[in-house]
Amino acid sequence: MSHAINTKQPASTLQGARLPKWAPYVIAAGSVAAGCGIGLAGGLDSRIQWGLIAAILFVAVTYLLAAKIEGGRQAKDRIATSVVWVAFLLAVIPLVSLIWETVARGIKVLDTYFLTTSMGVLADTDVGGGIYHALIGTLEQVGLATLMAVPVGLLTAIYLVEYGRGKLAKAVTFFVDVMTGIPSIVAGLFILSFWILILGQGYSGFAGAMALAILMMPVVVRSTEEMLKLVPNELREASLALGVPKWRTILKVVLPTSIGGITTGVMLAVARIAGETAPVLLLVWGNPLINTNPFEGPQASLPLYIYQQYANSAGSPAAYDRAWAAALTLIILIMVLNLVARGIARWKAPKTGR
Amino acid sequence: MRLPTEPLSDLSQDLPKEAVIDMAKRIDVGGLTAYYGSHKAIEDISMTVEPRSVTAFIGPSGCGKSTFLRTLNRMHEVTPGGRVEGKVMLDGEDLYASAVDPVNVRRTIGMVFQRPNPFPTMSIFDNVAAGLRLNGNYKKAELADVVEKSLRGANLWNEVKDRLNKPGSGLSGGQQQRLCIARAIAVEPQVLLMDEPCSALDPISTLAIEDLIGELKERFTIVIVTHNMQQAARVSDRTAFFNLSAVGQPGRLIEIDDTERIFSNPSVQATEDYISGRFG
Repeated sequence: MSHAINTKQPASTLQGARLPKWAPYVIAAGSVAAGCGIGLAGGLDSRIQWGLIAAILFVAVTYLLAAKIEGGRQAKDRIATSVVWVAFLLAVIPLVSLIWETVARGIKVLDTYFLTTSMGVLADTDVGGGIYHALIGTLEQVGLATLMAVPVGLLTAIYLVEYGRGKLAKAVTFFVDVMTGIPSIVAGLFILSFWILILGQGYSGFAGAMALAILMMPVVVRSTEEMLKLVPNELREASLALGVPKWRTILKVVLPTSIGGITTGVMLAVARIAGETAPVLLLVWGNPLINTNPFEGPQASLPLYIYQQYANSAGSPAAYDRAWAAALTLIILIMVLNLVARGIARWKAPKTGR
Repeated sequence: MRLPTEPLSDLSQDLPKEAVIDMAKRIDVGGLTAYYGSHKAIEDISMTVEPRSVTAFIGPSGCGKSTFLRTLNRMHEVTPGGRVEGKVMLDGEDLYASAVDPVNVRRTIGMVFQRPNPFPTMSIFDNVAAGLRLNGNYKKAELADVVEKSLRGANLWNEVKDRLNKPGSGLSGGQQQRLCIARAIAVEPQVLLMDEPCSALDPISTLAIEDLIGELKERFTIVIVTHNMQQAARVSDRTAFFNLSAVGQPGRLIEIDDTERIFSNPSVQATEDYISGRFG
């Protein structure tokens, strides 16, 4: 390595000794090799330990080499860069392994039969069955929750940004912030005591949707609020100066300008509630049969299905396979929704081309 | 849509003479004081703005020129905490009377802002049509004509006639500003307020807009705020000089007179100091 490194003090004040461009990669490869070597030699079982040893080696060797060859300031720069890279990998590894695991295990029983059949009268330990009932339940509950939460959330955000002044606006902001932190089980218990215990209604998809709407609303308000704040005031003024009333300005200028961001925010909220299990468990109850009516009788939902397949099957491999396949379906569903939302956002976003 | 044969077309040629004369209106301001919350921005301003002329407001930054301009079409109260005392009469009608709807005031008195602000979600055509469309009172068949007339009126038609469906934000800064002027004149206001319309533009675009102001004053009453004194001298018939006694103090109208007189022989010493650069 030494031939590539200029250790002599150069004459120019602008030039200094630099590590070659490939140095970080070589150090990374060396660290990984050393990490594996130490792990094998020390008989460490956990691969996580191997990885951590490699990460620490990478940061330390980068720093020492840079400090020796390049000097203190560059060494600090290198240490910051290498820490960022290590942190990035640490964040990505669980994500990638999660998706890998879900795909690898979920793909086994995921087919059209699985998607178009309910569990029916199958026992949870039997082979066969599917998630049609749970898919319908999730789509209906999330759809209803979205229908309830998005208009309210959107209008609240519009009030906060365009009209809200003084105490009422501050109070609304405060309660939205508080609502953001509500645990899903609390939202479920609230609807349970209010809708089912006090009003005497039965378990239904709609009851679950109400709890999901409570969870969704603050997320929609927050993201919409941020997006509306990004709309330049000049556009509002331009519209008002044309003699356009305020409500039309908001409807025709402010909202179209920010519709891309608002859609993304709504989709993130949808993704959040689509994975909720607790309120569904309390309010929708679960149902192995197909129930397409969300307003009457228990339904199923994907997260609840996954939980029940795991919890009620006494370790039956068939149930585990179904749970993984349902998890994969849920991830794909949310991913598709996200892609659609991004498509809408791109299609609707302000155009800059000539 | 008919294709243009001549490079520029004046809207006034298409209209009967009476209609042209009716369009511009006189503004009489009496004892106007404007506040932002508890802060008094301008104090006790009285002046007359003549119809079919260009009135320029000059003065140092923060002296309340823009604030005063915005009180003339009730845009001042759009700012949170903005309120006004005193009277603004448009041909004898008080704009701040309790029965007056600010929306109607703004349809009568249009405004062009310092920075070009075309609506980013709309095409060039839609930008010009925005005022009519968003107000809802238009006939579909007339829309194309109004857009063409307005773009011709803003000297932009020849540059954009082949790409009316392209987004307005794709134009250059000067074109965007003329698009904003076209948008403002499309709703046929009687007065046009311009808040430093050329401050973000290069000299050539500035020249285009100044020429345009010269044409527009045949039909509109124009009030323009500018930091460029040569510009005030070039385009305006009357010039008002604003000043403030100290930072934090409200701005006041020092004097208003014919532009020629303001720039040759002003009656107040402060005006001469400001114009000749001996200020402060």
